[in-house]
Amino acid sequence: METLVYKRPESLLKDGHFTFCPGCGHGVVLRIIAELLDEFNLQKDTIAISSVGCSIFLEKFFNLDVAGASHGRSPCVATGVKRCKPDKFVFTYQGDGDAATIGFNETIHTACRGEHITTIMINNTNFGMTGGQASATTLVGQVTTTTPAGRKAELTGYPLHAAEIISKCDGTAYAARVAITSTKNIIQAKKAIKKAFEAQINGLGYGFVEVLAACPTNWHMTPVESVEHIDKVIETVHPLGVFKDITAQENK
Amino acid sequence: MAKVLVKGNEAIAQAAINAGCQCYFGYPITPQSEIGEYMGEHLPEMGRVFITAESELASINMVIGAGTTGTKAMTSSSSCGIALMQEALSAMCCAEVPGVIVSVMRGGPGLGNIAPAQGDYFQALKGGGNGDYKIIVLSPSTVQEAIDLTYRAFHIALKYRNPVMLLADGVLGQMMEPAEFGEYPYKDPDVTQWALDGANNRPARNIVSLHMPEGEMEMLTNRIFKKYEEVAKNETTYEDYLLSDAKLVLTAFGSVARVAKAAVKRARDKGMKVGLFRPVTLFPFPDKDLHDTAKKANMILDLELNKGQMLLDVRSAVFGACPVEFYGRPAGGLLTPDMIYNKIAELYAKLENTTKTEAGVR
Ligand SMILES: Cc1ncc(C[n+]2csc(CCOP(=O)(O)OP(=O)(O)O)c2C)c(N)n1
Ligand code: SF4
Ligand SMILES: [Mg+2]
Repeated sequence: METLVYKRPESLLKDGHFTFCPGCGHGVVLRIIAELLDEFNLQKDTIAISSVGCSIFLEKFFNLDVAGASHGRSPCVATGVKRCKPDKFVFTYQGDGDAATIGFNETIHTACRGEHITTIMINNTNFGMTGGQASATTLVGQVTTTTPAGRKAELTGYPLHAAEIISKCDGTAYAARVAITSTKNIIQAKKAIKKAFEAQINGLGYGFVEVLAACPTNWHMTPVESVEHIDKVIETVHPLGVFKDITAQENK
Repeated sequence: MAKVLVKGNEAIAQAAINAGCQCYFGYPITPQSEIGEYMGEHLPEMGRVFITAESELASINMVIGAGTTGTKAMTSSSSCGIALMQEALSAMCCAEVPGVIVSVMRGGPGLGNIAPAQGDYFQALKGGGNGDYKIIVLSPSTVQEAIDLTYRAFHIALKYRNPVMLLADGVLGQMMEPAEFGEYPYKDPDVTQWALDGANNRPARNIVSLHMPEGEMEMLTNRIFKKYEEVAKNETTYEDYLLSDAKLVLTAFGSVARVAKAAVKRARDKGMKVGLFRPVTLFPFPDKDLHDTAKKANMILDLELNKGQMLLDVRSAVFGACPVEFYGRPAGGLLTPDMIYNKIAELYAKLENTTKTEAGVR
């Protein structure tokens, strides 16, 4: 008997190939998103908003309608799309540079307005695409191309905790930070993204999931070392957790 | 429909509503805040979208979102607010996203002041955005024309899938004038061939502005510039006021053209052959028509509320066909009919003298 071990989700393109570096976190998350869109039967009813970063070519991976946004502005583009097409599923896919640095104002206001959209933010604690400069989420002590001696709090302050801040916005229905460092974590991550999607589908408000993801190239680590680094170091600064889930509060 | 007494900013807002504008995204700034206030009052009760965005960066990017779905949307702002939109305007031209932007100019540079001015001609026409692109710019000089051009802006934004800017100034925005709304006179094109609404029964689509493969961006830019030629062919508009026998031709856009007209009338009463050439579309600029006008004239006098911005387009259109003079005041200084009349009289006297001398030499 034959067992189906791999099936390409409808929401991914047939001839699409991920162009990420080996061990990069982006591919895993894009795949999770595609699987969930299939599960919710949303492939034909979704508009994805791409952002500026290593994941910019969403239209080359997803079998979905895609609108491109300038750096940091995909929540605004998503707002415009969703307000015009309230029956469609709309999500932004952003990096930490995009959603938490240049575009954090937009992220917060989108949350406060309670827009019925979902944001997936890939936090690799640096500007991956431009060569690994420090971003707002970079850890104190982290070596990047702009902090070669490690980020010094006296000079550049402290990392921004996006999911926690977004959870404080009244329009946020769901906010969580997850990692994709183990099968267990990947299952958790998928659960969280599913919850955030449901928040939109059920008209509850803004959903935000921050995914800690590896950038082995700019971290100058192997893929295996990168995963260990996330679990042992990054999670002590950017802890995993669900910071807001209005459905859980309702159930209490 | 009967004429009503209406303020410029409110006329623009009501015209946008009549034109079928489904969404307004904006951030307050004098002298155009009435547009947002009017939209905030009326759009929600009509079931349409009104958002006070977190910034002008946000408002124009919300317009982009709406535009990618083929929905009519607009934003409005002034000077420094429009400055914040430049990256997005360039992206809209590249990705061919329609949208209407109302720019009600105030005095600048910097925060400047809130007096009427025309210092943002370059901002609108020469852009602060990156790369080769053009936005279509319409320049009303009366409240009636503000209504008519707002209608036209929504139509041609969809027709050419390009941002269209209505460039007004504080005088027009704040002035009350009788005007008639009439009905939206255009039949808009079908957007279903390109708009994003989910890949249902068709392949997935995208509307993006990044094109990395070698040669792709060059091809796209050339194609878009072909489209601009089409825009120039179909849309170029100007007003001819007493030009047929004019020796001295004034050029002016927007509210200054009204003052210029009053001065031309007075000069005509005194027997001076003076006329006014008023571009209504600033891009496409009526350069061929202005050149033909200049060939028959002895001098052009360009009038602007700035240090000489449209002047560059006037000179390039005239292309040496006759001398071009400039008279303007920047940053909130106004030109009165008296000031313009005196300038006309001074230049006209010079013209008469040179024509006489030339005749003497001959
Ligand atoms: C307005 C603007 N500023 C800067 C850039 C250059 N830029 C491109 S990608 C990028 C960083 C993206 O980092 P992030 O969002 O974390 O995504 P990653 O590549 O790490 O996944 C920057 C700064 C740009 N494209 N636009
Ligand atoms: S640079 Fe980093 S984020 Fe970008 S593809 Fe490579 S590993 Fe991924
Ligand atoms: Mg990053």
